[in-house]
Amino acid sequence: MSATATRPPAPRDAPAPPRRTRARDSASSWPLRDRIGLALCWGAGITLTLMALSILLYMCVKGITQLKPSMLVTHPSAAVDQSRAGGFLDPIQGTLMLTAIGIVIAVPLGVCVALWLVEYGRPKALARLVESAVDVIAGAPSVVLALFGLSVFSETFFTWMSFRSEDTAFGRSFMVAGTVMSLIALPLVVGATREALLQVPNHVREASLALGKTKASTIRAVLLPAVRPGIATGTALGMGRIIGDTAIVILLLGNTLTVQPRDGGAPVLDVLQGTGSTLTSYIYGNSPIGEGNAPQKAYAAAFVLLLIVVGLNALATRIARGRGKETAWIR
Amino acid sequence: MDPLMPPPPIRKISLEAPPTVVPVAPVAIDRDGAVNGNGNGVGHHVTGPPPSDAPVVDRMACEAVTISYGAKVAVNAVDLPIRQGEVLAMIGPSGCGKTTLLRSLNRLTELTPGAARGGRITLDGQDVDELEVTELRKRVSMVFQQPNPFPMSVFDNVAYGLREGGSKRPRRKELLEPVEVALTRAGLWHEVKDNLDHPALRLSGGQQQRLCIARSLAAGPEVMLMDEPCSALDPISTGKIEELILELREQIAVVIVTHNLQQAQRVADRVAFMYLGELVEYGTGAQVFDAPQAQRTRDYVGGAFG
Repeated sequence: MSATATRPPAPRDAPAPPRRTRARDSASSWPLRDRIGLALCWGAGITLTLMALSILLYMCVKGITQLKPSMLVTHPSAAVDQSRAGGFLDPIQGTLMLTAIGIVIAVPLGVCVALWLVEYGRPKALARLVESAVDVIAGAPSVVLALFGLSVFSETFFTWMSFRSEDTAFGRSFMVAGTVMSLIALPLVVGATREALLQVPNHVREASLALGKTKASTIRAVLLPAVRPGIATGTALGMGRIIGDTAIVILLLGNTLTVQPRDGGAPVLDVLQGTGSTLTSYIYGNSPIGEGNAPQKAYAAAFVLLLIVVGLNALATRIARGRGKETAWIR
Repeated sequence: MDPLMPPPPIRKISLEAPPTVVPVAPVAIDRDGAVNGNGNGVGHHVTGPPPSDAPVVDRMACEAVTISYGAKVAVNAVDLPIRQGEVLAMIGPSGCGKTTLLRSLNRLTELTPGAARGGRITLDGQDVDELEVTELRKRVSMVFQQPNPFPMSVFDNVAYGLREGGSKRPRRKELLEPVEVALTRAGLWHEVKDNLDHPALRLSGGQQQRLCIARSLAAGPEVMLMDEPCSALDPISTGKIEELILELREQIAVVIVTHNLQQAQRVADRVAFMYLGELVEYGTGAQVFDAPQAQRTRDYVGGAFG
């Protein structure tokens, strides 16, 4: 076309409808190693999805066929005859109680640790020490924490948390297990809260200070509401971790089939000082290698456990995504 | 490109010009606050906002203020008066220290690790270092470049400055009136009066910024510092905020940092041009824009660099 052309273009019939051009380049220009890499990535993703689906499907089928509504509301009992061994009401109660205790301890503690790390963090050396402490707890296997907890809480000083057994504390109770459970939830709460705090731009803190507010009221009125979704995410992740843990239950909850309040204690306190079991320990006990050896019950309980965990995960995702938009500052 | 159009003019940047520093503060300032481009007779176009009737009162003063971040000197021996009844605009290229100087006025620079300040800053004759810092910041408030409403409702954002220590008291009924006054002054009341309980972060960018101004106003400041308050906003929101600035100057001393020279011409009674941490030129808008004394100023306001 020449630059001086002024003639209008010849009339055309109908303009071609807009069409989408393909954003992909042809694989023929790819070297072999990239093609193999791409195939591996596809393969890995699909394999993982298939595995997750098959676990879910297997547990669903097994669980739904074995689960009877009565199991959810009857106490378990140690009977050889499975028709008289009851359901798993107590393990469900145990799971919920233990989770509640662990979260009630872990969340305030974890939020405080994260706040100190991000907002204060002086001296630097101490901050690094605190960070590594959190990492150590996060990395320690729960059975190690449980073993440590058992020896600590068996000291007579901690008799009030369980009960007296001969000349030491028994060292096994809801309170003891919940305390150690809070340790495995703590790093998740710290991590999520810390990330959320780091997402808050500095000028937001300064805006509060520039109104003549103290740092403390800035944290209370501005930062805590801003990181609430982060705290919620950490809490849900921590709950999932507590619900799924078995080692601490077996070592520190006494692993009695039913909830056994401490003899002669105050009404609510006696349950906290007493022993019990959770769904995970119940599944372990009823698996083919456990004492109960009633796999049908184990499958039913596993299905209930899976439902609880999947529900919590969905909740965590919703909280994290749903609230993300609101706190979008220009950075 | 159209061959008939002449090529754009090429500006010569005089790099060898000495960075002339004119003597500042006490000299060359007429105290009547009128902005009519007098004296130099170069006022071929009107510069500056309409003059205000309010009396001009000295509120703050910088005396030989030097601020450094570690070894880097960001602000070097600046003397600058800040007056009620006038808007002071600080202009200059990026990194010239104008924001640092602004932040030092209510001691926000203290929050930056490694920042150190020399010289004296006074508020009504009292050294700001001797004031309780929260007290100082209640009197000398700041609006930031980015809108930063707090993650709470519109109402609570404005009420935040009125409540002590971030508590929920006094209750809403008692605060409704001052909140309405602040929002009205910021020109936001009619847009938000029906949804005071909505989260503030759902407002548009311009509304958020006016909310931030309302939040500052509610606390009843005597000096308002504004750090490029319109840089993230569209022209309509900018216009509203500029109108607001001109209203505010009667009761509050306003200092505005801006990269937008037209904005400085529109709102500023006094203009301070900073370059490499030095205060190069200070005067009325007409003096700085139409008859700059220093070569650097001439180049900057003429668009040769920046």
